[in-house]
Amino acid sequence: MAIAETHLPTWVPFKKAVWHAGEFSLFFFRFIREVFKPPFEWKEFLYQCFKTGNKSLPLVAITAFIMGLVLTIQTRPSLAAFGAISLLPGMVSVSVIKEMGPVITAIICAGKISSRIGAELGSMKVTEQIDAMEVSAINPFRYLVVTRVLATTFMVPLLVIFADSISLFSAFLAYNIHGDITITHFYNLALSKLDWIDIFPSIIKSIFFGTAIGIIGCYKGFRVDGGTASVGTAANSAVVTASLAIFFIDMIAVQITDLL
Amino acid sequence: METETDNAPVVDIQGLSKTFNGVDVLRGVNLRIDKAENLVVLGKSGSGKSTLIKCMIGLMEPDEGSICIMGQNIAEINYDDLNKLRTKIGFLFQGGALYDSMSVSENLSFPLRHHKKHLGIEKINQLIREVLENVGLPDSGDKMPSELSGGMSKRIGLARTLILKPSIMLYDEPTTGLDTATAKEISQLILDMQRKYQISSLIITHDISCAKMTADRIVMLKEGVIVAEDTYDGLEKSKDEWIRSFFS
Repeated sequence: MAIAETHLPTWVPFKKAVWHAGEFSLFFFRFIREVFKPPFEWKEFLYQCFKTGNKSLPLVAITAFIMGLVLTIQTRPSLAAFGAISLLPGMVSVSVIKEMGPVITAIICAGKISSRIGAELGSMKVTEQIDAMEVSAINPFRYLVVTRVLATTFMVPLLVIFADSISLFSAFLAYNIHGDITITHFYNLALSKLDWIDIFPSIIKSIFFGTAIGIIGCYKGFRVDGGTASVGTAANSAVVTASLAIFFIDMIAVQITDLL
Repeated sequence: METETDNAPVVDIQGLSKTFNGVDVLRGVNLRIDKAENLVVLGKSGSGKSTLIKCMIGLMEPDEGSICIMGQNIAEINYDDLNKLRTKIGFLFQGGALYDSMSVSENLSFPLRHHKKHLGIEKINQLIREVLENVGLPDSGDKMPSELSGGMSKRIGLARTLILKPSIMLYDEPTTGLDTATAKEISQLILDMQRKYQISSLIITHDISCAKMTADRIVMLKEGVIVAEDTYDGLEKSKDEWIRSFFS
């Protein structure tokens, strides 16, 4: 009731948030502990890699293509005004590889993969499939969580590299709408502005994005309690939390990269 | 000559209590299951039946009391030892709890692949065929769980637990949600499995027909307390109004 809620102490929401953070930390530490315990479920891991990677490819490809195209078309007039059109490939490559490629791909993956994992594990929870695994003496955490989190940790960076490549190619196509440049020359200009110090941190942060996407999806799925309605809530919550986590990790990564 | 070990109960529960949000779901439950015995726990919804069975398999932790299964107190053993013990216990869930991303054959081979790694594909397939025949569904190996009826799901769920040849079976409402004829078939199957493999079983139910068919002994649970314990015939003659409500 509304009246009762207004009489709740003001620290109650904060207490709830701390409780959730504690639960999630325990879940994450359990993941770290279980990763190093044999036996490893290779078959399930490879299957999850296939599901995570292969099935996300079309969506990531389309998004990356549009990203490179739009970025090039929208930046061109500003650079042309300063007579710096030759800087366009370099500018696009730096934007895509350092920031837009990893973040946009991770957001797409949060929507597609984290929600799928949340809903899948949530429905397994409500239909007692996770309990069935537990009573069959099969560690459900190792079979379901470890494999899925490692699969996203491994596949999201690969999807980011794939998305970066598609974006640069679409940037080349967009450049040629008004200009005339060979693909070799475009790539020479694009890559001349990049160093390992630009590429390496973006791959590293993609690994963290992948871990966040997987662990949040699994955590939300495992916490489902109640009926089928809570499965939808878990999937939705997984997307929102994973997306926020991606921006948060990105913010920290930028600060660290800035120090290098 | 019978030794003390032969007479020892397979399951021995003493003073089991469990509370949820201040509500006492189980209050000092004492229970014993002997070798090759079918014990039915009869009670209405919310009487603590499912909590009891989940405490027994380690899915829930009791607040008080001890649960000894085959001489091992499950509260005192570690997770790995609990898992070793669980391989000797079969659990049939109310809805079957089949893994819906796997076919029936994959559902059945899943526990074997984890616990009987030395078995080759040929042997696994032979065990699958054997257990499917036992539950009366020899041709359903390629089906997905979504293609099965409620009764078929329970049969496959039973097959999945029997494939590891457990010494104890726990059935959580095995006939709930089934039509009378299918419920009778499942009850008969429980009885057949007990006779064939000499399994000790605990059957949680509120279905009196299932209890009549399967029970060697019945305990009646009311608001977390065992209020009666007898054979079916003994309880049928009870003068207690609450007990009689099950038999009318």
